[in-house]
Amino acid sequence: MGKVVVVTSGKGGVGKTTSTAALGAAVARTGKRVALVDFDVGLRNLDLIMGAERRVVFDLVNVIQGTAKLSQALIRDKRVETLFLLPASQTRDKDALTEEGVGEVIEKLSSVFDYVFCDSPAGIERGAQLAMRFADEAVIVTNPEVSSVRDSDRIIGLLDARTVKAERGEQIAKHVLVTRYDAARAARGEMLSIDDVLEILSTPLLGIIPESQDVLRASNLGSPVTLSDPTNSAARAYIDAAKRLEGEELPVVVPFERKGFLDRLLGRRAA
Amino acid sequence: MNLLDLFKRRGSAPVARERLQVLLAYERRNRSQPDLVSVLREEIMAVIARHVQIDQDYLQVSMDRGETMSTLEIDIQIPNKSARPLAMSA
Ligand SMILES: Nc1ncnc2c1ncn2[C@@H]1O[C@H](COP(=O)(O)OP(=O)(O)OP(=O)(O)O)[C@@H](O)[C@H]1O
Ligand SMILES: [Mg+2]
Repeated sequence: MGKVVVVTSGKGGVGKTTSTAALGAAVARTGKRVALVDFDVGLRNLDLIMGAERRVVFDLVNVIQGTAKLSQALIRDKRVETLFLLPASQTRDKDALTEEGVGEVIEKLSSVFDYVFCDSPAGIERGAQLAMRFADEAVIVTNPEVSSVRDSDRIIGLLDARTVKAERGEQIAKHVLVTRYDAARAARGEMLSIDDVLEILSTPLLGIIPESQDVLRASNLGSPVTLSDPTNSAARAYIDAAKRLEGEELPVVVPFERKGFLDRLLGRRAA
Repeated sequence: MNLLDLFKRRGSAPVARERLQVLLAYERRNRSQPDLVSVLREEIMAVIARHVQIDQDYLQVSMDRGETMSTLEIDIQIPNKSARPLAMSA
């Protein structure tokens, strides 16, 4: 059975979809079979980030309602042949998903794929809860900012209470992925530090993704950042995070901003 | 703000960190059981509604959550005409 990983956050717009695409592609590039499932029914975007928006015929809701087979709805990536996408429906709403239907789809996927990444919608309601329901592991995408950290804490509470694994008394493996990290602002003490975030959430760190123009560029091109240009700093951070997800022990390097003259004068602490 | 303040000014991150720690300690405590204050608020409202029909506009509910003590303030204005005569018992 493959591993089911939910990418979640509570707060919207923190980088879940970007991270699902980047991590999924990075894992698939190593030869693992990977399925990305878009749970953002009504507001799908993973197809766009993956550059597959013109190839969507069927979607998750069709599969659950039996109007399409799973194999018909899966879209194979044109760059990495072990990477597949199951898009969300654009026209339906989240009530079109049933827990039973989602369970069946996830079960089938995890019998065929090594990894199933579930891109959660924002919020803590039904859609987000269905996305996490059958997960073995969770990537909690967090920006170093108060409202994002608070929402991550709520999501961690839900992961420990409302997932099938938690209900069986098992532990769901949780990892914090800090994204949009701005080393310069952290050095000036304007942004929560990585240590602050980890201490508050008391959850292990999967990686730190810097704020980067390359992420926007990759979205514009319709390619996960780990495929479009695997050498830029955001891509490298995602590739390392993917390795850690696969169990490799790699030290996390905090993006570092050299102290400027003024910072030194004022005795500010660097990140 | 004088020049000294400007030089003494620290980043806002430590404040953020402290506020989060206090808030999350509270939210985690109340996660498993429904927030006592909101349960009280709802039940009090239900009791009032059994006897008096009141408009939402006549109702003010405010809460001040302190670290060791919270106050729930409920201010209800009852228009005299809408008060149903209550059963008079000794
Ligand atoms: N590391 C980064 N650097 C710069 N921009 C980023 C970074 N990560 C994400 N973004 C941008 O932030 C925006 C939101 O990202 P994304 O759609 O992945 O978030 P999301 O959590 O999936 O949002 P939603 O909650 O709406 O589903 C996008 O414009 C994306 O390009
Ligand atoms: Mg998204």
